[in-house]
Amino acid sequence: MTEQIITPSANDKNDTTTHNPETHNFDATDSYNFAYLDEQTKRMIRRALLKALAIPGYQVPFASREMPMPYGWGTGGVQVTAACLTPDDCVKVIDQGADDTTNAVSIRSFFARTAGVRTTEATDEASLIQTRHRIPETELTEGQLLVYQVPIPEPLRFLEPRETETRKMHALSEYGLMHVKLYEDISQHGHIATAYAYPVNVEGRYVMDPSPIPKFDNPKMSDCAAIQLFGAGREQRIYAIPPYSHVKSLDFEDYPFDRLRAPGACALCGADDSYLDEVIMDDQGTRMYVCSDTDYCSTRHERGHVGDQSDLFDSEEG
Amino acid sequence: MQPDALKGGFLDLPIQSATAFRSLLQAMAQPGTIHQLAGAAPPPSISVAAGVVLLTLCDPETPLFVGVSVDTPDLRSWISFHTGAPFSAAGEAVIAIGSWQDFTPLSAFPVGSAEFPDRSTTLITELVSLAREGSNACRLTGPGIQNFSTLCLPDPALMQVNTAHFPLGLDFILTSSSAVAALPRSTRIEVI
Ligand SMILES: [Zn+2]
Repeated sequence: MTEQIITPSANDKNDTTTHNPETHNFDATDSYNFAYLDEQTKRMIRRALLKALAIPGYQVPFASREMPMPYGWGTGGVQVTAACLTPDDCVKVIDQGADDTTNAVSIRSFFARTAGVRTTEATDEASLIQTRHRIPETELTEGQLLVYQVPIPEPLRFLEPRETETRKMHALSEYGLMHVKLYEDISQHGHIATAYAYPVNVEGRYVMDPSPIPKFDNPKMSDCAAIQLFGAGREQRIYAIPPYSHVKSLDFEDYPFDRLRAPGACALCGADDSYLDEVIMDDQGTRMYVCSDTDYCSTRHERGHVGDQSDLFDSEEG
Repeated sequence: MQPDALKGGFLDLPIQSATAFRSLLQAMAQPGTIHQLAGAAPPPSISVAAGVVLLTLCDPETPLFVGVSVDTPDLRSWISFHTGAPFSAAGEAVIAIGSWQDFTPLSAFPVGSAEFPDRSTTLITELVSLAREGSNACRLTGPGIQNFSTLCLPDPALMQVNTAHFPLGLDFILTSSSAVAALPRSTRIEVI
């Protein structure tokens, strides 16, 4: 397939993910429990998940375990998924919207091997979707689980490095500093410059980091029919949003929240409502915009929707 | 140890606990929805559903309060053998099993702290039935509930007090024969 070079604009800044398939060999798991983790670990994570659902947006501490992959690979998400899986599940894994990156493929095959679950790339066929940095474009339905990989769960961390202090701030709903930071953005740039991991307030109580999804995805978190679960491995936190919860992106009366979507349509499927990645096509620096959600894009294309460079898609398949 | 204590656990622990947990997750995520649990055969003082919940959530790290109405030597042996959970007073309980009457006054159980509201007891509450209509039918709203849901609750007024403490509070797992529903502290309760 076409070599895709994702520009920095599509990457998040606070992640140290490496994409080196050489160093991660999941075949070393010859003898493992169902879904890899031992039962006691799964029980501990399961208890944390129930508390997380009972207190939407609150970060529940948990004792993260070593996984046969580095932290940047989303070990928090992997542990949450492992604790939730049943043999009847059908699992989809996306990395920045794509099902076919090394990272996504490896995690998918890890669960196929350790839990014997079916896998899919189709959002509407999946019962559990593990994601790094995107929410699928296709609307999620009741009964589905969306598991987010989270690098930094604490939305107040860049304002206050001390955990004891951020805990107090959450306890007292003391979120004024967060608003000050966003307002400084406005006075400096004329708009809120935060484009990823844009903080949200869950059900009018806890301010939460949605993980480094583009803020375009933020509105999808609210009134969502699926159960949304968040796992941070290195930072050892689990949090959750129950279905149909009210999730509000922080904003100001005079500067209302703006999803921020580059104008234009996908060059492959013509979608004008999806989140687009800028892709460099060749050595001459030819660029085009395509859906970041590869399943959404190819499904639209299969149904006959075309963009102005759809012929590229067809030649790939041939 | 009673000889019967060895029986009635999960035959295939990893799969059965995974399946049971998934139902519990759905129940807690969508308060008031009723789900079925199977796979445990606990001593007769508790329901199948309560037995499944104990097997799924309890282990040596979860001090367990056993309510007087369900407390029998057989039940204690069964719990010890299958989960290893230490028995505790209400004030130290991570999980509790019993009838509603066993749990009052609710103030005996930890509701978490402002900084760690998760450090509160989960009460597995045995009910005669899990019903949507009947006495003490309540209208439930809040996170996890689209529009509203209805469920009969043992003591709506006390449960409203629990909700008023949010984000602190107790979380209830309601069980009856093989049925389970959940009522987290976030659920707002109105008597219909
Ligand atoms: Zn497209």
